[in-house]
Amino acid sequence: MSNQEKHWEKSRGLLMITLAIWFVFSIGIFLFGAEMNEVTGPFGYPWTYWFTCQGSLGAFVILIFWFANRQEKIDEEFGFSEREDE
Amino acid sequence: MKQGNFIDNLPKIYGIYTGGFIGFIIIMAIAEQMGMTAKAIGIAFVAFTVFIYALIGYLSRTAQADAYYVAGRQVPTVFNGMATAADWMSGASFVAMAGGIYFKGYGYMALLVGWTGGYVLVASLLAPYLRKFGCYTVPDFIGTRYGGNLARFSAVVVLTVASFTYVTAQINATGTIASVALDIPFQYAVYIGLISILLCSMLGGMRGVTWTQVAQYIVLIIAYLLPVFWISNKMGAGFFPHFMLADEVARIGELESQFGFIKNSAADLATVPKGLAGITKAHSAVNATPWAFISLALAMMMGTASLPHVMMRYFTTPSVKAARKSVGWSLFFIFLLYSSAPMLATLSKLSLIDPNLSTGIIGKSIAEVQAIDWYQNWNQANLMFISDFNGNGTVELNEFFMGGKAVVLATPEIAGLPYVISGLVAAGGMAAAMSTADGLILAIANAISHDVYYKIIDPKAETAKRLVVARVLLVVIGFAGATIAAMEIQGILGSVIWAFDFAMSGLFFPLVLGVWWKRANRQGAIAGMLGGLAAGAWYLVWVRTGGSGFLGITQLTFGIFGSAVSLVLMVVVSLLTAEPDKATQKMVDEVRVPSGKPILGKQ
Repeated sequence: MSNQEKHWEKSRGLLMITLAIWFVFSIGIFLFGAEMNEVTGPFGYPWTYWFTCQGSLGAFVILIFWFANRQEKIDEEFGFSEREDE
Repeated sequence: MKQGNFIDNLPKIYGIYTGGFIGFIIIMAIAEQMGMTAKAIGIAFVAFTVFIYALIGYLSRTAQADAYYVAGRQVPTVFNGMATAADWMSGASFVAMAGGIYFKGYGYMALLVGWTGGYVLVASLLAPYLRKFGCYTVPDFIGTRYGGNLARFSAVVVLTVASFTYVTAQINATGTIASVALDIPFQYAVYIGLISILLCSMLGGMRGVTWTQVAQYIVLIIAYLLPVFWISNKMGAGFFPHFMLADEVARIGELESQFGFIKNSAADLATVPKGLAGITKAHSAVNATPWAFISLALAMMMGTASLPHVMMRYFTTPSVKAARKSVGWSLFFIFLLYSSAPMLATLSKLSLIDPNLSTGIIGKSIAEVQAIDWYQNWNQANLMFISDFNGNGTVELNEFFMGGKAVVLATPEIAGLPYVISGLVAAGGMAAAMSTADGLILAIANAISHDVYYKIIDPKAETAKRLVVARVLLVVIGFAGATIAAMEIQGILGSVIWAFDFAMSGLFFPLVLGVWWKRANRQGAIAGMLGGLAAGAWYLVWVRTGGSGFLGITQLTFGIFGSAVSLVLMVVVSLLTAEPDKATQKMVDEVRVPSGKPILGKQ
């Protein structure tokens, strides 16, 4: 397998993990919205309410930065990162 | 303006700008104490900020294609994040969102999740790869990846339908705010809004829009957060509302069960002015089925990843790496406003309905409420209404009605904040609507000037001529949008949501599969774009004309049907026709790695 194929395989793996986490915070939680809202969560808000106001939104921000760092590492590992000429 | 020098000095320039703006707020506050009228403050806020944007637009003028289309590809990550956030957060986000949450609670908050979660898709599936491609517009990517004028043209069609639906709503919003702040009729205010918008974008194209959007973000975020914090502190709800409103949320639930949601008769409701609504849904309880919530969130997320005016912001970063990080910063800046909207809705609702608070009106006598200053003001502006349906002389929860916009616009006044805050909020709403309208008009004009005029009609056109065409189109599209906005056909929020559905119906899978599926070919992409758009549009018309719909897909989520049709058509047609040639497959390989030259090269 060529260097490029390995790079793409790893990138695809990272994509799958990223999308899985995205799925949990954007869809998974809200499948059980009614049940989870009965429980008190962070700062005293009901759990589901907190996720829609802050939790999921914040998780997305963190997820994107995490993804960007991981992808950069993968690019460097296979020598595909950009030269710093700009 | 010297570019290299300018880029290095950005933090300093915008630091001074922010300080200057805060200084302006303080001067206005002092002027208010000295007797400046509310109307004069409103005019000063809107006029001052619009003047600054126009000045930035003028200073960013350019005659180079690279600067006009992609701001010279040198916008630093964090600043591009701010510009994207302003580009993204429209008049609807600023003025209407807290109101929607106020009235509909949990079911409506699917939009918060949808309008943020979409950025994960942008960052992981598309933005870095499209940046590597080195295109000027989104149809530029489609046209080069799939090849042929028909594919390129189909992408322009989808882009125009989606963005135009969106832009009329934004011009409508600028018109609404300008007409309130400057006290002129809406039909004229729309054109004042339009001229302000064009001043930012016409001379400098993407470069002008970028630097005004950063300035607009700073205004709109101050204008949104300052009242939320102030009101929260004034009510004694907590000095950092985001972490401290649990008691208030619980208290609203308590009051709701105490008052109950009494359904008004149709005859009673007929007396309520159009556009106003009462509180009929629980604030924090789960009041929607999982599918209703998830389908709306999903439609908004996929729509986010297909809207060209957002995607093209990532063409302006210096590198692929920067494009990825920039998506993170965009979402961070969006998060600051979106996480505050539910807090504003909570504070606004509690201050109105809690009988224990001095501002509460439920339980007071009708005559007493009708004598309150702010009630009279907003009643006159057609944004508030009370009526004694049961004839007992006191205001009940089901007898109080408000317009969606009033939550953001009127809450500062209800909570007893000085008028300077209301002026600031008007300037913020104007900034939000202008920045989005700018991005959208530019996306349409660039697609038509670059992809239709330059790439299809006259590939030999000189740069100067191309930029003249681009600017003429900008004005024409702006005026077309304003003319439709002046007719006031649809509400602001409804048409914004439709724009997302149109975009995802036609563009989501052709864009994503263009990067992630080598086998995708021209025939498949054309079938996916046109078939998806047609299917989505058909479904919308069907449901609007009394069709029952299926699978719980409503007129707000028709993009789910459109994009499913698009996916099926694209895969089936691609597999039935020949695979893309070697050169195209090699091109896809190159797109997938950040290093090396952009596919389209520097022009």
